[in-house]
Amino acid sequence: MATSTSSKPRLATVWLGGCAGCHMSLLDLDERIVDVLNLVDLVYSPIADIKHFPEGVDVTLVEGSVCNEENLHLARELRKKSKLVVAFGDCAVTGNVPMMRNRLKLEGIISAVYTEPFYREGPGPVPQPESGAIPALLPKVVPLHGVIPVDVFLPGCPPSPDRIWAAINAILSGGPIELPVEMRTFG
Amino acid sequence: MSVVTLTINDKLVSAPRTATLLDAIQDQGIDVPTLCHLKGLSERGGCRLCVVEVEGSPRLAASCVTPVAEGMVIRTHTEKIIKYRRQMIELLLAERNHVCAVCVQNGNCELQTLAAKLGVTSVRYDYICPDLPMDASHERFVMDHNRCVLCGRCNRVCDEVEGAHTLDMAGRGIHSKVIAGMNQPWGTSRSCTSCGKCVQVCPTGALFKKGSTAAEMKKQHDFLLWILDGREKKIWRWS
Ligand code: SF4
Ligand code: SF4
Ligand code: SF4
Ligand code: FES
Repeated sequence: MATSTSSKPRLATVWLGGCAGCHMSLLDLDERIVDVLNLVDLVYSPIADIKHFPEGVDVTLVEGSVCNEENLHLARELRKKSKLVVAFGDCAVTGNVPMMRNRLKLEGIISAVYTEPFYREGPGPVPQPESGAIPALLPKVVPLHGVIPVDVFLPGCPPSPDRIWAAINAILSGGPIELPVEMRTFG
Repeated sequence: MSVVTLTINDKLVSAPRTATLLDAIQDQGIDVPTLCHLKGLSERGGCRLCVVEVEGSPRLAASCVTPVAEGMVIRTHTEKIIKYRRQMIELLLAERNHVCAVCVQNGNCELQTLAAKLGVTSVRYDYICPDLPMDASHERFVMDHNRCVLCGRCNRVCDEVEGAHTLDMAGRGIHSKVIAGMNQPWGTSRSCTSCGKCVQVCPTGALFKKGSTAAEMKKQHDFLLWILDGREKKIWRWS
């Protein structure tokens, strides 16, 4: 993946609280992914091994809702460093499946996974927050626009490659980003 | 039949004196969104999506429950109305738990379709995420309060068409809830005939056939006019 200093728009993609399905759908652009990579410089992404979110990003696609402190931190950072922020997929747009935990008591959520008898095969005692092994959960999961201003909403679980293609093209051509009705349903 | 003349979006039109504004608007081929309205059932005027501006009135009028009147001047798609309609959809989405991706009605849902059509790109209000139950006690159907928009179509079809009046609305405002019988598990209600009419008229994934999984439910309303035309006009469309 090129991270050159050309004058192509700088694209970042970020993975917050989601299942990676939106990124899979992005890869499902198939040969069109080559066209996209010819048009942009991919400067940050879970599919590229880049450690820190860079400065001066033109467009950032954000998958996932905001579930924990780490998501929140990265969301704020990417907002500061990106011109255009796209809520990429339903989890970012509506909170979607991760938000289903909002009706539960926070206390039991992590221990349910680590120590409940039902999950006997689980990893064992819950790591303490001080250990830094897992980020602290936020009291409530929120969609991306619950914590930072969002410029474009690209719904779908996941958004189909055609939706992604349409949105990316609209964004890169600088035109108004209004998807046709059949491309803007949730779900 | 006596008629009245009124103006809809700058066009002079006539309508039967007994018509509602919604009838007159739809007669002109104008597409006004509706949710609680369903042709064949009595009107409820609950969702407010069908609101229009009536000249000389400070308040918006729900067209499905407003009778036409001589000389009325109405507008159906002003900026203000479009903004309000969007807000109403957003409030509906924020009020219960709408997770389209895992919903039985995904792809065939009136609420989901309206949201896309009216340009709802996101919900500006805090999602309430209420802790609501599902009632799977009925042998054939499931009631999922998480997806209910309280349109009351199920109550009306059960009462007015099936004549069972098994379903009702309990509570007020945000605490409203569809109940079966005397607020008991649906499956234990002795008045329910298991006809399935409520399921078919429900616009969302709140009522569905047991065993359906994500995106599997499709609903058919046409049975309603079929039954009513037969009963009231003796027109039976057998084919
Ligand atoms: S009822 Fe409709 S809007 Fe609600 S979750 Fe199901 S598909 Fe989405
Ligand atoms: S199945 Fe029929 S009788 Fe039973 S609640 Fe629904 S409409 Fe009423
Ligand atoms: S169950 Fe369905 S038909 Fe009945 S009030 Fe809720 S959304 Fe409307
Ligand atoms: S359709 Fe008129 S208020 Fe619901």
